[in-house]
Amino acid sequence: MAEEIVSKYTAKDFKSDQEVRWCPGCGDHAILSSVQRALAELGIPKEKIAFISGIGCSSRFPYYMDTYGFHSIHGRASAIATGVKTANPELSVWQITGDGDALAIGGNHFIHAIRRNIDINIILFNNEIYGLTKGQYSPTSQKGLITKTSPYGTVEEPFSVGELVIGAKGKFFARTVDTNISLSTQIYTEAAKHNGTSVVEVLQNCVIFNDGIHDTVVAKEVRDDRTIVLKHGQPMIFGKDNDKGLILEGLKLKVVKLGENGITEKNLIIHDAQESNPGIQYMLANMRYPEYPVALGVIRAVPGLTYDKSVQEQLKEIKNKSKIKCMDDLLMSGSTWKVE
Amino acid sequence: MSKKTHVIEREKVVIRFSGDSGDGMQLTGMLFSDTAALFGNDLSTFPDYPAEIRAPQGTVGGVSGFQVHFGHSEINTPGDFSDVLVAMNPAAIKANAKWIKPGGTVIYDEGNFTEKNIEKAGYLKDPIKEEKLEDYNIIAAPISSMVKEALKDFGLDPKSVLRTKNMFALGMVYWLFDRDLKYTEDYFDKKFNNKPGIAEANKVALRAGYYYAETIEALTPVYKILPAEIAKGTYRNINGNTATAWGFLAAAEKAGLELFIGSYPITPATGILEELAARKDLGVKSFQAEDEIAGICTSLGASFAGNLAVTSTSGPGLALKSEAIGLAVMAELPIVIVDVQRGGPSTGLPTKTEQADLMQALYGRNGECPVVVIASSSPSDCFHFAFEAARIAVEHMTPVLLLSDSYLANGTEPWRIPKMEDLPKINPPFADKTKVPFLPYKRDAEKLARSWAIPGTPGLEHRIGGLEKTDKGTVSYVPENHELMVNLRAEKVEKVVNEIPDLKVFGSGSGNLLVVGWGGSYGYLLTAVRELQADGYDVSLVNFNFINPLPKNVRDIFKKFKKIVVCELNLGQFANYLRMKHQEFTYDQINKVQGIPFTINDIKEKCIKMLEGM
Repeated sequence: MAEEIVSKYTAKDFKSDQEVRWCPGCGDHAILSSVQRALAELGIPKEKIAFISGIGCSSRFPYYMDTYGFHSIHGRASAIATGVKTANPELSVWQITGDGDALAIGGNHFIHAIRRNIDINIILFNNEIYGLTKGQYSPTSQKGLITKTSPYGTVEEPFSVGELVIGAKGKFFARTVDTNISLSTQIYTEAAKHNGTSVVEVLQNCVIFNDGIHDTVVAKEVRDDRTIVLKHGQPMIFGKDNDKGLILEGLKLKVVKLGENGITEKNLIIHDAQESNPGIQYMLANMRYPEYPVALGVIRAVPGLTYDKSVQEQLKEIKNKSKIKCMDDLLMSGSTWKVE
Repeated sequence: MSKKTHVIEREKVVIRFSGDSGDGMQLTGMLFSDTAALFGNDLSTFPDYPAEIRAPQGTVGGVSGFQVHFGHSEINTPGDFSDVLVAMNPAAIKANAKWIKPGGTVIYDEGNFTEKNIEKAGYLKDPIKEEKLEDYNIIAAPISSMVKEALKDFGLDPKSVLRTKNMFALGMVYWLFDRDLKYTEDYFDKKFNNKPGIAEANKVALRAGYYYAETIEALTPVYKILPAEIAKGTYRNINGNTATAWGFLAAAEKAGLELFIGSYPITPATGILEELAARKDLGVKSFQAEDEIAGICTSLGASFAGNLAVTSTSGPGLALKSEAIGLAVMAELPIVIVDVQRGGPSTGLPTKTEQADLMQALYGRNGECPVVVIASSSPSDCFHFAFEAARIAVEHMTPVLLLSDSYLANGTEPWRIPKMEDLPKINPPFADKTKVPFLPYKRDAEKLARSWAIPGTPGLEHRIGGLEKTDKGTVSYVPENHELMVNLRAEKVEKVVNEIPDLKVFGSGSGNLLVVGWGGSYGYLLTAVRELQADGYDVSLVNFNFINPLPKNVRDIFKKFKKIVVCELNLGQFANYLRMKHQEFTYDQINKVQGIPFTINDIKEKCIKMLEGM
């Protein structure tokens, strides 16, 4: 049974005195309130929370949180967050980042933080564009996107965040939509409770430079049919009328209609986020409209040893074993001689 | 039978062990140094190894050397020219011929002077003749065949047998300097306690060399080096990288902080990370990062979280860390960045020494970005300056750049072990929990340091970052505020001057010529200046450890000399820095950029010329 903590906080308690300066209508506002709600629900003492960010629109986030915060330099938030968590494993460490910050300039730190499975929560705002520098293509921009630095369309293949996370041996990957506050709050809460690196990709809208980029999938009128919210232990079912589902046909996922060709709920795959073999989760993370619905929810959540715990355990073990207990012991260890 | 060999008492001797990088010269040199140190000699060593782990066998590029300078008076450098060269192959002669003292001793392995090896080293036929060393004290020892003979009943494969050649040579050198074999024998017993056969083989080779040297009695003159007169205390040998690492450990203990090092391996700085990684017993969190940037950024994160944070690197890595150093300056977090300088630019000469990162350390960042810059000047004083760097970083809430170099990092010398109780306490300026709200950029009047609010402390929640802020911690683009903060950050670093010792003059304190050095050239400059003084020349020395800020008394010293000459292993970076900081003086320069330290002769000759021209 999950631990029930009665929180002394409301979302308001996490609001700092700084005026929020994102553009009106930016998806970041909704993400901020979802995170504040999640923290209120979690009830972790405020002083034990640290928000670390890099550079970009999303990276202003720490200023708006009444917790400890460090707005750092472009791409390096994963490394700084890693240092914070290793130095003090008692802290709840959150990294706020974007598609440029995490996947371009900070790609190396991002994959290595995941590989180490350091217990931090990474919220990646994916708007498929560079906002702060005013509209250049990013590593997640779809091929062909016309931007200021790709006036004739990009010729690059985009990264898929989930693919990268799983490829880097990631143990927690979830996806949500900026404006879906209840789903987002729930996912941030689960990310926080997961021991190890949690990556949450947020499909976020940039109203100025890439407005509506996710609309084909997440717009109110289509989202039920074009997304699927995965729940651990539940059959993969979606659609406005709950009439569609996913089955495994051979080695591939397939969208089916319930009731057609004798298909019932029993034929659908049951989502297992805790399965360590990432095969199906990988396919789920990569589902793209129109062939598939885009997967939301917790796609992968596999328990494993965290870097920070392992460091603590090793320190404890070596401290117990070693004869060297303080600096004087070290100074006098090994070959020394006396001059009388 | 009485010993016919002639014993000469010498004050100081330089030995150089040289061979292929696989010949075990570093170990041989180290064992000899330890033995000399245990005997009570003062000493200084310098390993000189090729960048390639295994360059082609027998070539000059693959020569690995280890120089030991030891004696019964104070030793400050590994020495310029060797009294004794041990050459395991012809390439070792090629690499070292010009560094042997005229008339010095050369011991070489006859068995390895094959036609093929001679040709590989770039000789026609006879290296000794071709180098005009015939009149030197040449000892051609059949080392290879002797070890084969000595170990024939050991049942070892030929390769393992030949691997003991270095111990045969070492045995010969022990005889030459009248040293006890016990330390070396114990070393093998310990090192190979699971392989008693190998331990025994090495010991047999060592003794065979010793007895061979005794038998041939050709080793005249025998040098006798008495113990040095050094201060009372307990000593150990230490190299610069270990001393640096230990300085940080000591600082962490004195500050009551946990030590965090985030680093990426890079020659010649890796030893610091390795040493600290081994010190989990003292609670060190060592983090081998994915790159240089992550090295400093994890450290900066740890500093934000309240650890004593350090990162170690060499010149190319410092370049990669510069943006994060800027962040540390802006966030005003304590961190020590160690740059163990090597030959540059770019990959340059990774295993060689140079002092050419000074400008990078002082200015290699965007914006007005001052940091404290300190340079160590001997292998053992790396401990003291690492400690000081950490103390200043923490107490003044500033990044400190600590410069070492390849020569200091790898060189060793005996070190009088300090007691922790004798080191000063370090007082981190923790924020007052009762004063809320916490204003991150509020400063104390004396040092201008902000206070350190550690995440986890209730009530002190705050945000910092790379954007310009007001003293309340709010982001600000107000022009006057930016200028104010730039000036405050500069002034904060300037104020460190109140805590650094006055510059010390070696010599009369006034006169014709002042030799000026900084960091790792100290030993060479001191030796040269002392020898010049002994010869009656009017010359003094100052060597800088504190580069930014400079000590208070620089002007008072400089004005008492007619001529100032700045000596450094670069094209004149410190000279130019002094020209900017103390413009009223004229600075001459002695520079060298060959990837090797100065020689004492170099300095002396150039100084004499200057003095004669006055």
